[in-house]
Amino acid sequence: MKVTIDNLTKKFGDVVGVEDLTLHIDDGEFVAFLGPSGCGKTTTLLTLAGIYKPTAGVISFGERIVNQVQPKDRNIGMVFQSYALYPHMTVFQNIAYPLKLKRVAKNIQHERVQQVANVMGIGNLLDRRPGQLSGGQQQRVALGRALVKEPDVLLFDEPLSNLDARLRLTMRGEIKHLQKDLGITSIYVTHDQVEAMTMADRIAVMMGGHLQAFDSPDELYSRPKTQFVAGFVGNPPMNFVSVDVSRSNGAFIAQADSLRLEIGQERGEAPAGYDGAVVMGIRPEDIQISGAGDIAGEIFIVEPLGREDLIDVRVGQHSFLLLASTETQYQTGEQVKLRFDMEKVQFFDPQTEKSILWQQ
Amino acid sequence: MSASQFASASQVQAKRSRRNALRSYLGAYGFMAPAGVLVVIFFLIPVAIILYLSVTNLASSNFTSDLAKMEYIGLRNYETLLNDQFARKIFFNTIFYVLFTLSIFNVSLALIVSLLTTHIDRGAGFVFRALWILPRITSPVVYILIWKRMMAEAPFGILNQFNDWLGTPTYNYIATNPWVFVVVVNGFIGLSFGMIIFTSAIESIPKDLLNASLVDGSSKLQRIRYVILPLIRWPLLFVFTYQTLSLLTSFVEIQLLTDGGPGLYRTEVWSLTAYHRALSNYFGNAQWGYGSAFAVLLVLIGVVLAVIYMRVFRFDELVAEPRVETL
Repeated sequence: MKVTIDNLTKKFGDVVGVEDLTLHIDDGEFVAFLGPSGCGKTTTLLTLAGIYKPTAGVISFGERIVNQVQPKDRNIGMVFQSYALYPHMTVFQNIAYPLKLKRVAKNIQHERVQQVANVMGIGNLLDRRPGQLSGGQQQRVALGRALVKEPDVLLFDEPLSNLDARLRLTMRGEIKHLQKDLGITSIYVTHDQVEAMTMADRIAVMMGGHLQAFDSPDELYSRPKTQFVAGFVGNPPMNFVSVDVSRSNGAFIAQADSLRLEIGQERGEAPAGYDGAVVMGIRPEDIQISGAGDIAGEIFIVEPLGREDLIDVRVGQHSFLLLASTETQYQTGEQVKLRFDMEKVQFFDPQTEKSILWQQ
Repeated sequence: MSASQFASASQVQAKRSRRNALRSYLGAYGFMAPAGVLVVIFFLIPVAIILYLSVTNLASSNFTSDLAKMEYIGLRNYETLLNDQFARKIFFNTIFYVLFTLSIFNVSLALIVSLLTTHIDRGAGFVFRALWILPRITSPVVYILIWKRMMAEAPFGILNQFNDWLGTPTYNYIATNPWVFVVVVNGFIGLSFGMIIFTSAIESIPKDLLNASLVDGSSKLQRIRYVILPLIRWPLLFVFTYQTLSLLTSFVEIQLLTDGGPGLYRTEVWSLTAYHRALSNYFGNAQWGYGSAFAVLLVLIGVVLAVIYMRVFRFDELVAEPRVETL
């Protein structure tokens, strides 16, 4: 089922939940809504579910406009962060509830519930109550309940946030696999950019009720269209530094105090056309500590992450996060040389925060 | 170390640990003491006195300043009570009163009001609930006076003004339909208790659960039936039980409204009889002993009902300790 959101606005009194949002989601696509708390992603999801009615704009499922359609008539399935299982019902009754409301015959209910439960790996838990299940099992029941009525659209509201890190990893894979198997159009709200990056076909990044970007994970990562997207997507986050870019002798130079970096033409030409400072962004993995480097810095903090070390290096009064192999044991206070991969650097307008390299 | 020495040593240790346990509970007992003292002074001692009075012939007719002269008469008061020609009527009056007030107002309408006010705009719901609390926070005398003035015959009663204008006869509605008003007047007060409990129970159901039900395909009515009502089962049974007991013992409003009349014991209930017999008899003859017998039976009925409710509704299961969630 294709989901179309056109100029959606939802206000609560004077408070804007989401404003002028336009998104076209293809049939069978897995889309993540990514953003910090209060960015409007859950508001949008609940508006899609029909819990909220839009203040303005149009939502269509397929060709049908659903603005005023009651949740029960939308044929959607939803998975909540809190699982939202009915505590007074058994697992069987929880999963069968949507079928019961649809007045599906008892024997077919049994068949379908058993089938879904087996897929979810909870076939042996049907007579338990939610209180007797672990968090992971509860989440599977919640998924089963959302799937059992064969919905046209699946909605996920931070479904993995209450699980422990290990289980989250497993469920992430399972949900993605299941979604591809069933081909149900899915919308997945999360504030965890790793979840969004790993699971979604496309990610809608939101902030303050506005859509910041709607792109594939790769695009968002390598061609962020706003500074917010650049900073929010990727972990550890991108380094930002205010620089002046100028052209001298056919080369492009980005300069900030003592920091002086040469940029290739492809990335240097556009920012060089700007009057005054621009914001330069560079990802931690694009900075190396190397004897051949030409930028001198001092190590401020070393944070071991296991596979690699996250190192905060100070260059003048600027600070850069970078990743280094654990083989070299860097020490706080150590003087090092840095090499910046200037082919991967980003530039943003400091006023509009829009990318200078990639126009929308 | 010999065996006997060892035993005595362990005894000393046990004594010491018991003393330590007592000391550690001291704080808890300290906190419970004020409430405990109140319960003893204002409940246990009066109950004991009533129990004692109910087996004496103490009455204003034989009252002397020498209380030692009151006579122990065994169960004779209870015998008189069982043979009282009106006791039966009063007993069924009480059942009628409790049953109707409870089922119509204290539970059903309370539930309906809380469901309605939680399904509309929050502010509006709050206003409606605040209005429903007015009867409870109004002094009973004022509240009953309002009813009486509304229902009185012309030219005093407001409603009868219409009859007056239309030229139809005017009635004192309370006198013509005493039971309707006994139930309604008490119900309007009783409703707010259940309303507050039910409303808070409904509002404390997680929003996600309510949303999940709608997404799963329920209408709002189906959501009430399949999700909300089962989740407020405990408060429902609590209000049912608690209000039965409090209706059994309530009589102030009836006393002010009809005083058990009109006629002989038409709306007299058990607790009102206890009051009438013991403290306000017609000819100034207060039969303290006999009235106490009525009171004792009321306490007994209350206790028996409470136990039956707890068994039937299995309260212990409803308050079972929640399991700690494991991941």
